[in-house]
Amino acid sequence: MANVSVPSLMRDLTGGEASVDGSGATVAEVLHDLEARYPGFAQRLLVGDDLDPALVVVVDDRPAPLGLSTRVRVDSRIRFLPAVGGG
Amino acid sequence: MITKTAEHTVIGTRPPRADAFEKVVGKAVFGPDVNLPRMAYGRILRSPHAHARIVRIDPTRAEALDGVYAVATAADLPEAADRTERVGEGNVNYKYMRDNTFAGDKVLYHGHPIAAVAARTLQIAEQALELIDVEYELLDPVLDVRQAMAADAPLLHEGMHTRSLAGTADTPSNVASQFQFLQGDPEQGFAQADVVVERAFETAMVHQGYIEPHAATAAWDADGTLTVYTTTQGAFDIRSQVHELLGYPLSKIIVVPTEVGGAFGGKNVGYVEVPAAVLARKSGRPVRVVMTREEVFLASGPSSGTWMRVKMGATREGRITAAEVELCYEAGAYPGSPVGAGANCILAGYDIPNARLDGYDVVVNKPRVGAYRAPGATQSTFAGEAVIDELAEKLGLDPVEFRLRNIATNGMPRLNGGFHEHIAAREVMEAVRDHPHYNAPLERGTGILRRGRGVGLAYWGNWGARSSVTLEVNADGTVSMLMGSVDITGTRTSIAMQAAETLGLSLAHINPAMGNTQTSGYSDASGGSRTTMATGVAAVKAAEEVIAKMHERAAAIWVCEPEQVAYTNIGPDAGTFTCSRNDETMTFAEVAAKLGGTGGALRGQGDVNVRRWGGAFGANIADVEVDIETGSVRLLRFTAVQNVGKAIRPGQVEGQLRGGATQGIGWGLYEGYAYDGQGHMLNANFLDYKLPTALDVPAIETEILEIPWPEHPFGVRGVGETPIVGPPAAIANAVYDAIGVRQGFLPMTPARILESMGII
Amino acid sequence: MADKVHVTTLLNGESVEFLCAPSQTLLECLRDILGLTGAKNGCNDGNCGACSVLLDGRLANSCLVLGAEADGRTVITIEGLADWAGLHPIQQSFVEEDGLQCGCCTPGMIIAAKALLDREPNPSDGRIREWMAGNLCRCTGYETITRAVRRAAAHLNGEGAEG
Repeated sequence: MANVSVPSLMRDLTGGEASVDGSGATVAEVLHDLEARYPGFAQRLLVGDDLDPALVVVVDDRPAPLGLSTRVRVDSRIRFLPAVGGG
Repeated sequence: MITKTAEHTVIGTRPPRADAFEKVVGKAVFGPDVNLPRMAYGRILRSPHAHARIVRIDPTRAEALDGVYAVATAADLPEAADRTERVGEGNVNYKYMRDNTFAGDKVLYHGHPIAAVAARTLQIAEQALELIDVEYELLDPVLDVRQAMAADAPLLHEGMHTRSLAGTADTPSNVASQFQFLQGDPEQGFAQADVVVERAFETAMVHQGYIEPHAATAAWDADGTLTVYTTTQGAFDIRSQVHELLGYPLSKIIVVPTEVGGAFGGKNVGYVEVPAAVLARKSGRPVRVVMTREEVFLASGPSSGTWMRVKMGATREGRITAAEVELCYEAGAYPGSPVGAGANCILAGYDIPNARLDGYDVVVNKPRVGAYRAPGATQSTFAGEAVIDELAEKLGLDPVEFRLRNIATNGMPRLNGGFHEHIAAREVMEAVRDHPHYNAPLERGTGILRRGRGVGLAYWGNWGARSSVTLEVNADGTVSMLMGSVDITGTRTSIAMQAAETLGLSLAHINPAMGNTQTSGYSDASGGSRTTMATGVAAVKAAEEVIAKMHERAAAIWVCEPEQVAYTNIGPDAGTFTCSRNDETMTFAEVAAKLGGTGGALRGQGDVNVRRWGGAFGANIADVEVDIETGSVRLLRFTAVQNVGKAIRPGQVEGQLRGGATQGIGWGLYEGYAYDGQGHMLNANFLDYKLPTALDVPAIETEILEIPWPEHPFGVRGVGETPIVGPPAAIANAVYDAIGVRQGFLPMTPARILESMGII
Repeated sequence: MADKVHVTTLLNGESVEFLCAPSQTLLECLRDILGLTGAKNGCNDGNCGACSVLLDGRLANSCLVLGAEADGRTVITIEGLADWAGLHPIQQSFVEEDGLQCGCCTPGMIIAAKALLDREPNPSDGRIREWMAGNLCRCTGYETITRAVRRAAAHLNGEGAEG
């Protein structure tokens, strides 16, 4: 189960939990799993079927340029951060 | 003062820059210097109003003027995709970019481009602008970021609903987006604090102030190839922008980057390339469009004005327990301020267990902001460092000691959810503590002139991304280097030095050149302090490939196996191949002389996407003298300390530290956009928007630390941006030390200083 | 062509003639008529010094001089300093002291430095900064420029390589 950090503005969906576990081989699959258990979770992060361009996904502390298609391991940590220059 | 690593022979030395000769004789070709046969001159018609609906545009009278070749408007551009992409250090949305190239149904800032004219002379083009008839319906502008956030503010984009991870807002507003970082329990943390400080801050919009204006020359060939010569940080980024806005194939667009007369982030987005291309197509002539200084101020990409609130609490032992931050950044006319980067940098130097930060990206009737050297960080650091300083004072602690008690460490979780790796915040602060400047006596004074000293800790995260270098070995043993990166700071030299060091050759053996989008490999824009680092990685990779291939050629010459060939690139025998089969040696040049006979051209290629890189901590010490009658601030002494990982070319590094500091000094004391009540910029010129002159800055002292980023072959970290981040904070803290009044506004002009003292 | 002005000027040591509109600045004439793009247009209103030339030996912002005003006068631009023997000592000093980064202000800085050193062979650092305050630089922070002018003064005074 990949561990997903829940951004603070989304903790209303997870009953206040700051991180949740989801299963899937890619970030997209993990989000699909989380959407089923926490309705609205994926929708907050997406514009259509793509990751909101204002966000980047970081997997195991590396920015993931393939975004939602990035493959994740069973112990991967996934975070969503504002897409920023530098910083 | 730098520590030198003994084994390098090229890296760490001070050769002259490769581009110095052309620049001191005036032969280097910058954007406005391009001149083509039959070239026409382009000028852009701009909105005189800050906010208005366009009722009607009629270019008929302009088209009829003798000497006018073409007029272009939004009607000449196809619809653009509603798609957002990273360009340089920020994101751009192409629909908005199209609207910012030629306005659609609204103008959103004083200077918003509406149409463009190409004519035989510049004077005729200027006359023609006045003959383009435009009818406007005026709307109320909003220029203040907090006013723009209010429920009753005039809306720039009627369909804009705030996006955040809390969902999309129901009603439209000028807040394009917001985000939050949360760590620990701030309420608990404040409850544990013995001292709490809370302050609000405002900073004015500022401009990068590059001396060379935006300039592009576009020319179409009969076969449909479009060539655009332009001053830019990213030729491939410009190619993408032209492709998107013209709807024209990438392979038929060639972007030729010229020398760049200053950029600092402001030349990632193009402003004049597409108008030039459209005018060139319509007129059948090459067209050059060069911005005037006024246009640069009004209509390029300055940096956000802000409103910020910072609250911090600490125990009487001097440990920070909580922080709460609100950052409201102006995006200008379209979304995309650097509030996220500002959020990543404020307090990055401190271990604060409980914190909440709310960031807002807000549109206002000003030009859409661009990247400016560590975008977003200077503003937020000014606020953060002022509160840190005030906490130290209220606790009776030395400002540096207080920072050291809370300094960020490796592995420390960060407010943005990441954690620090291989950082040097402690070393930088200790260097400040031990610096002769910090320990020099300073008479505070009791008369009209009061003196003070302040420090500021600064951080910027830097960038990696994609770079490409090709090395070709010539028959005389020299190596031609082609890079896809534009050189805006001297990187063709610092990258050639990395290639030379890897090859074991002297720098004189390497001849660097910039390419264009047709001749060089894809490279991301030069910005984000990435070029010496990431393009250096590409150069090292290319050099290693050259060495590997040269092994094969040496083996062919010796008629042995490549495994029997060894190459030395260090020490007294650097540049020598040896053969274990026959104990013979050959120099690099001797093998190079035989390339033709052993397989022809020999090239090494380095195409990289650097995904991990090191950030850079820095700090400033400022001594100021404040005249309490006039409010005028004089800088007596100024020091910049920074961790650079490894100084490839120390002279260049020192130049970045001083140059960035000088921009920061301008930001702190002199620079800021001024507007009237109708949203017209009042100081769009170099007289009323004051850049620091040689008289305004002392001889800035520099101290370079080299705590390496271990994943770069030479330990390099990005250098160029951190220098601008700390100066306004250090100066504000010095002014407080001098006059006992906290400064909450940038720039700290004489009037603002006197206002803060209650004198006016 | 009745409204064009005929200008004859001694430009970088050579007699040069050209036609220009009455309203064209000397800067425009140099760049767009005479092909000398060394002088730069940073502001066009005399506030940045990037267009600096020597007009009858005096430092002038060529954006504030009309092309017509160059008639019968001597003009020196950056292109007039180096010759086949090599760089002018001021140019050489700027190379040696890293007195440039982007290079946009550099022609103006070198011309301004020449104007100073033509008059005052041994200026202090403070005097150098005061003289050069009319030339804006956004890249260097002015310290290496000051050192370059100091070194150039030493070169020109025959003091050898170390300034």
